Amino acid sequence: MTSGGFIERLQTGLWEENPGLVQLLGLCPLLAVTTTFVNGLGLGVATLFVLTFSNALVSATRRWIRQEIRIPIYVLIIASLVTCIELVFKAWFPTLDRSLGIFIPLIVTNCAIVARAEIFASRNPIGASIADGIGMGAGFAMLLMGIGAFRELVGQASILSRLDMITGGEPFHGFSFADSGLLLAILPPGAFFSLAIAVALKNYIDQKRRNAGMQRSLRQSR
Amino acid sequence: MTDQTVIKTGMTLAVIAAICTALVAATYQLTEDRIAANEKALLEKSLQPALAGVFYDSSVSESRLVLQPPHDLPGNDAAIIYRVFSAEQPVAVLFVVTARDGFSGAIRILVGVGFDGTVTGVRILQHRETPGLGDKIDSTRSDWVFQFDGRSMGDPVVTAWGIKGDGGEFDQLTGASITPRAVIKAIRDTLIYFDAHRDEIFSLPATEETE
Repeated sequence: MTSGGFIERLQTGLWEENPGLVQLLGLCPLLAVTTTFVNGLGLGVATLFVLTFSNALVSATRRWIRQEIRIPIYVLIIASLVTCIELVFKAWFPTLDRSLGIFIPLIVTNCAIVARAEIFASRNPIGASIADGIGMGAGFAMLLMGIGAFRELVGQASILSRLDMITGGEPFHGFSFADSGLLLAILPPGAFFSLAIAVALKNYIDQKRRNAGMQRSLRQSR
Repeated sequence: MTDQTVIKTGMTLAVIAAICTALVAATYQLTEDRIAANEKALLEKSLQPALAGVFYDSSVSESRLVLQPPHDLPGNDAAIIYRVFSAEQPVAVLFVVTARDGFSGAIRILVGVGFDGTVTGVRILQHRETPGLGDKIDSTRSDWVFQFDGRSMGDPVVTAWGIKGDGGEFDQLTGASITPRAVIKAIRDTLIYFDAHRDEIFSLPATEETE
């Protein structure tokens, strides 16, 4: 894997190697918290933050870290960052923190983060590692938000409910379109269905693009 | 690995651990006050529903009194009492007690009692009762707990503090009788305790926070 330019790194994380859609990493939080858009946004941003900083720190220290102790050091760095972000959430977004509950501390166990440290940050310069962290984190956050929005729309027939958990102020119950939705979407099976739809959609788009590319080259060769 | 590399590796690990600890410590220092304020605000807010119609100007969470078991309140774990004042006169008490005889697990109940002994509000703080049946004791699921507002020991008389099926005065829940029975019994015992210990409750000093 090459380091590549910043834009390419972002593209890789957001689309080609999206941690949720392609690598299928970090599925536990992805499936558990995406009942609303706001929940997805909260956990997505927290993961993005941890991933970017852990990539930066792992990359910055990679010359001094011996192979034998790299895993304990990754765990140490990631756990400290997660503790920090948990404190920040408790201080500035207390309701969001309660809504996400155990899944904020559990970012430590998100294998997407340790995977990026091992695969990318420990072998690449700091700039590229930060770009990789932002790309992968944003890719994961986008997927969380997308699935959150989808499940909220289908399951509750509303969008942006509990936005007050981020902005503060009075409880906000979102823009509602109907009294009730298809409950299944909010229940755990709905998470699996939504992820399956998202993966299928991505593969469909990729296939379309490949076909279009192939036709174009065919036409050119004629 | 030679001895020297072992020491070097250990040192690297120690240095990184120290840096990470410093990072967490700094964040903790930065957020400590805000987190404490948030937690206090949350506690005050969560206690409010049990103080319907009570005017008070004191900080409820500062008058916390913790009774370690054995005590005469329902439950065999620590009971928490909050004293509520208005212009330094006692106006109400909040009890956090536990009903052990529910259908599944302990039910943590918040009972607000006015100075005159009437219930100012009851809320279920924690429970694991059956969803759809026993969980209707939760104020977000049904209006069941509101029927105690304004009642007291004597209204109805102590023997009528029970569900209608047992000859009491209070509504039961369809499909669940163990759960409401446990909750009503806990409220009744709390009221009995309040009537017996009212002056004592208000005169005791607040329990210091201990970690």
